[in-house]
Amino acid sequence: MVRITIKNLSFGYGSNKILDDLNLVVGDSEILSLVGPNGSGKTTLIKCIDRILKPKGSILLNGGRDLQSMSRQEVAKYIGYVPQSSSGVLSTTVFDTVLMGRKPHMGWRVGEEDLDKVVEIMKLLQIDKFALKDFNELSGGQKQSVLIARALCQEPKVLLLDEPTSNLDLKHQLGVMETVRSLIKKTGVSAVMAIHDLNLAAMYSDKLLMLKDGKIHAMGTPEDLLTQDNIRSIFGVEAVVINNFDRPYVVPLGSLKGEACD
Amino acid sequence: MTSDDAIEKGLLIDEYSQFVGRKLLVITVSILGIVALAGIAATLGSANITPLEVYSAILARFFPGHFHTTDFINTIVWQLRLHRVLMAIVAGFGLAVSGTAMQGILKNPLASPFTLGIASAATFGASLAIILGAGFVSGQYLIVGNAFIFTMLASLIVYGLAKYKGITPETMILAGIAIMYLFSAMTSFLQYVGESEEVHEVVFWMMGSLGRSSWDKAFIIFAVTLVCTLVLMILSWDINALGAGDETAKSLGVNVEVVRVTCMMLAALITASIICFTGTIGFIGLVAPHITRMVVGGDHRFLIPASGFIGALLLLGADTVSRTILAPVILPVGIMTAFTGVPFFIYLFLKRRKNYW
Repeated sequence: MVRITIKNLSFGYGSNKILDDLNLVVGDSEILSLVGPNGSGKTTLIKCIDRILKPKGSILLNGGRDLQSMSRQEVAKYIGYVPQSSSGVLSTTVFDTVLMGRKPHMGWRVGEEDLDKVVEIMKLLQIDKFALKDFNELSGGQKQSVLIARALCQEPKVLLLDEPTSNLDLKHQLGVMETVRSLIKKTGVSAVMAIHDLNLAAMYSDKLLMLKDGKIHAMGTPEDLLTQDNIRSIFGVEAVVINNFDRPYVVPLGSLKGEACD
Repeated sequence: MTSDDAIEKGLLIDEYSQFVGRKLLVITVSILGIVALAGIAATLGSANITPLEVYSAILARFFPGHFHTTDFINTIVWQLRLHRVLMAIVAGFGLAVSGTAMQGILKNPLASPFTLGIASAATFGASLAIILGAGFVSGQYLIVGNAFIFTMLASLIVYGLAKYKGITPETMILAGIAIMYLFSAMTSFLQYVGESEEVHEVVFWMMGSLGRSSWDKAFIIFAVTLVCTLVLMILSWDINALGAGDETAKSLGVNVEVVRVTCMMLAALITASIICFTGTIGFIGLVAPHITRMVVGGDHRFLIPASGFIGALLLLGADTVSRTILAPVILPVGIMTAFTGVPFFIYLFLKRRKNYW
């Protein structure tokens, strides 16, 4: 079980600040969804937590060790990253792709426990049926499951997902989110996910973090955060929020006049 | 876990083990192919000897009590033919491994050992020696030394340029193209001012040939290729991870830039040590990795060695054909590599249903 405390996290290119002094905590077995308009810093925050980018500030594990002072290899034992798109993946089998997730733990030789772990996780995500199929021949939803499986094979304490439902149809969007949710509850791993769809975020997240211009606008439960006012000020969109089976459901009405659409 | 689950899990692991076993089989078959072809290659030439006599002459050197040979056959095999055969094997192996590494780290199917402008730099170095007689080392190693030094120089310049903009496949390829054109232009200039005999010698050097082979040269290539290949194989998981994208590789704990530069330098070192002796032998480093990837897949733990053995087989085959097809005229092997390899490549390319790249 790991709680991540992010303190004074900033990142930018030159004078252009992308993330500005963020402070937040991600708890055990918790799904935190990052929401906000394009360019608000969702993906950048995910990449900073995984140290793919090099931010300023600290990322503390259980209030103690700082991820910033760890080697790449060590970070990989704590943080699993599921990238946004699977483009640019060289031809490889599903089994080998998932096995790659064992990299932080294994040497050159693949041990028996590594193979066991791969099979166990493939079964958990129900991708064992096409273990020896080429990754590039899978459908979008299957690919996403394989990438999640690879990250899980790292046995991470925190799973980072960058828009896991983009490019998926409705059924697969729900499927992937349900998978993530049940994994989080089963394994005790926590998840931070960048997501565009507010209603999917409301359905599956414990907490939301609203980002605007690289700063935290608000953080709290979906019920507290998904309000007409917040949606107006974050997205520049007029919307009504209705109660749908005890979950907030956002129905957009139109973009506000005078707000540039990006 | 229920017993059914355990059985199913075992079955899946077995299936994967068989999948790995097939790759090892390909490697074993190529090694056997090389041994067989080496025996045949050593029989071909103006003096007629049989494969059996060749193998006896080889084995007699190691087990003098058990195998017998004559002085005549011994001289032909050991002093005239075998070093050329060995040179073809190690050079083919090295070029293929180098090409595999370059394609892997640049994630580009068109990458080869010569992508970083290495071939044109080596040609310039050789031209400088042949036409102007100028270079870093003197005497009989003038051409070899120049070709080697300029090859390494080109890869250092590419590294420097790419480092400035961030070491990504795009920056490395673009820097490599710039370097290639620069050295090509300088070579063209030298050819323009050179005498026709000198230019002819440069052109012949560019075609690549194993005609200047010797035991010493083959041993140098062998040693460099062996060491570099072992290091590349140690890095094979990292190269695999690069295939999933730089960000994913980083998240899996790979130091992306260090791995990319290390592999590039190792590939350059292998290539430099080969082409400084043989001239620029093309095609092997580009196509052997492709052929192998179609057969064993993209896992560099197996792809690197398998590609090396397939490359060795291709170059040895091409050299054997180039020595015999118009005998007593010996064609430069650089001409033959494409003629012998392309049909096989096209056959696999058309036959494979799946996207292998």
